[in-house]
Amino acid sequence: MILPFVRHRARHLSIAVVVLATLAAASLPSQSGRAAPPDALVMGMVLEPPHLDPTAGAAGAIDEVVYANVFEGLTRIGPDGSVEPALARSWEVSDDGLVYRFTLRRDVMFHDGTAFTADDAVFSLQRIADEDSVNAQKGLYAAIDSVAALDGYTLVVELKHPDGRFLFNLGWGDAVMVAPETADDNKTNPIGTGPFRFVRWIQGDRVELEAYPDYWGPKPALARATFRFIPDPAASMAALMAGDVDAYPNVPAPEALDSFKADDRFTVEIGTTEGETILSLNHRRAPLDDVRVRRAISHALDRRAIVDGAMFGYGTPIGSHFAPHHPAYVDLTGMYPHDPEAAKALLAEAGIAPGDLSLTLHLPPPSYARRGGEIVAAQLAEVGIKVEIIPVEWAQWLEQVFRGHDFDMTIVSHTEPLDIDIYARDDYYFGYDNPAFDAVIDRLQGTADPEARADLYREAQTILAEDAVNGFLFQLAKHGVWDARLRGLWENSPIQANDITGVSWGE
Amino acid sequence: MVWFLAKRMVALALTLVAASLLVFAVLEVLPGDPALLILGVNAREDTLAALRESMGLDQPAYWRYLTWIGGLLSGHLADSLTYDVPVSELLAPRIAVSLPLALMALTLAVGLALPLGVLAAARRGRATDVAVMGASQLGVAVPNFWLGILLILLFAVTLRWLPSGGFPGWDAGVGPALAALVMPAVALALPQAAILARVTRSAVLEVLGEDYMRTARAKGLSRGEALWRHGLRNAMIPVVTIMGLQFSFLLAGTIIIENVFNLPGIGRLIFQAIGQRDIVVVRDLVVLLAATVGVVNFLVDLSYAILDPRLRHGAARRVHG
Repeated sequence: MILPFVRHRARHLSIAVVVLATLAAASLPSQSGRAAPPDALVMGMVLEPPHLDPTAGAAGAIDEVVYANVFEGLTRIGPDGSVEPALARSWEVSDDGLVYRFTLRRDVMFHDGTAFTADDAVFSLQRIADEDSVNAQKGLYAAIDSVAALDGYTLVVELKHPDGRFLFNLGWGDAVMVAPETADDNKTNPIGTGPFRFVRWIQGDRVELEAYPDYWGPKPALARATFRFIPDPAASMAALMAGDVDAYPNVPAPEALDSFKADDRFTVEIGTTEGETILSLNHRRAPLDDVRVRRAISHALDRRAIVDGAMFGYGTPIGSHFAPHHPAYVDLTGMYPHDPEAAKALLAEAGIAPGDLSLTLHLPPPSYARRGGEIVAAQLAEVGIKVEIIPVEWAQWLEQVFRGHDFDMTIVSHTEPLDIDIYARDDYYFGYDNPAFDAVIDRLQGTADPEARADLYREAQTILAEDAVNGFLFQLAKHGVWDARLRGLWENSPIQANDITGVSWGE
Repeated sequence: MVWFLAKRMVALALTLVAASLLVFAVLEVLPGDPALLILGVNAREDTLAALRESMGLDQPAYWRYLTWIGGLLSGHLADSLTYDVPVSELLAPRIAVSLPLALMALTLAVGLALPLGVLAAARRGRATDVAVMGASQLGVAVPNFWLGILLILLFAVTLRWLPSGGFPGWDAGVGPALAALVMPAVALALPQAAILARVTRSAVLEVLGEDYMRTARAKGLSRGEALWRHGLRNAMIPVVTIMGLQFSFLLAGTIIIENVFNLPGIGRLIFQAIGQRDIVVVRDLVVLLAATVGVVNFLVDLSYAILDPRLRHGAARRVHG
């Protein structure tokens, strides 16, 4: 495989050149004269969605185009990560937490001109549970027992057991409302209820949307929006600087951010994401089943150095599997501070002599893993653990590491919001099993009260940190760069989406 | 001649069968489950099974191979696993980018290389020759993706004359579409032109030393006339051979250049499809590329026969022989 090597080299060379050119360009008189009129937006994305149906795939790029823009659910996730009403205007929950009664909006139209009613909602939710359903998050809605329309605008959902996250889960792209007549074609011709309707998709290049005149809510300021897909970091930086792209919600090259900061044509916003980046350890393999060895690994890691070296300083160190911006976050980074001597002592206690332990480290393609992996390997070497780095593609990672459990260590960012419950799953890829932790998650499932839930989240975080389940590294940052005149872009990404309904051109 | 053509056709068909078997086998053993890649880490086993069934991946391998080949022969290409539309539908707009790009690059490379190569040979050892060979040495050394990045920085980022990448589509007008292809074509063409110019120069030099050239001069033709009327045609055989070889490199080059310039062509499609384990798209594209290279080689063989009558007769003699 020559190609990845060539691309890799090209990337490094090209980023250096881009940075130099920016410095050169910054010294030139600033150029005005954007071609696009002020009611259109061109947004850059790294990955192209495979198709445009958020209910039939896990690719984040699907939601990054259509979530809140083209498709809407009963609820939605707001910029701060909270649950907000969307197509359901309001809801009542029974005292036992088993029956949800939703009152739907009456003035909602699908983009094909048909009205949205409770029957469409019944169809959309039942479709998730169908036997031949290809919904990537089917498990999130497994608590649903029955769905029924009381009248045209009242929907009743009964659950098998209380589910404290049910309203949040309904706000995911995987539970958006679709119409029975058009659902099968949504992959190539998405028909939703959102403020923008689909215009066309030039595959490999862009998706174009336009404002939908019959939208039920406030009209968006933008008349047109284009999502352009530019996977190469150097090409994406060039597109921003050439004015071909107005906004990059998350640029793929943190190393280029400083040059954008120095240029007053651009706004640089460093926000938060739901991505806990962790050094996953395979508990099925000795000696990683020994908590002393895992604690030694945690002591060996210098999180700050990893963030500085791999992410150019952008990212927040974490001490457990939880997002630092969440109200229930507990800072546990002090539990195993960077201390190579303590690590060596713990390894000795576990009967491992320096140089005796050698482990593999599988690294998927993103730079947080490939760059972070080099630094982690060096830090583990310092305490006498030999590391063999194995770079893999995503397809390989999913099959060998995630499903095949054939690994010692891997670095991956878990990007789903509030996903601490993955540690309670049976036979999950890192193989953690602690009945005390499972009990906390069980209680969390049945708890709706926000304060009680926060307490349980804190307890869960602490158990994971004490068990040193994985090497908890850092929370992935969102590096947004856009035209300084743009207003209303999300600073953080509580859900993988590019909600442009509130975006406008200022000045 | 007929025998020569028939032999070449059979060889082409066998090559394609071998290519199809090879790509199918490679994709079969390549780790990575397309269904898992589409549905991600939270997918449940029953959902994965449902998707695999709908994609036909639950069928035995021999059956999938035969279905595929049957589809190819009858012109019914299967649906892409990720895009969920027939591959033929995906291909048409991609070919509308890659083919013009390849033709532009080839035209540019040949248009630059032939005159310069002949010129350098005619002025052997003089300043022109040194300048052309120096430039071509540089051209051979510069990788096309690097050249592409330099072009973007100069013409898109600094001067803002041309778009930095992407493709507006032909329905946006011929002007904008061609503007999007100019830089990628130049980036592809220059390294090729450099090689071709060197080959042309040495081929022409060799011809210049031949007896028949001296004869041509002796009967009163000027140096230029002799070269034009007798030399070039003979010099063309090695040049055409290299052009045929370069076409394969051009196809490979589009994979890199289309990524640098973010062009939605065949090269980027195949690159993405491999990453997404869209085996339906990958195998169709590989066979398509193999067929293209095979046809081009066939045309090159054919052109030998046109350029050099001896080959034609030699082949004919064997038929009757």
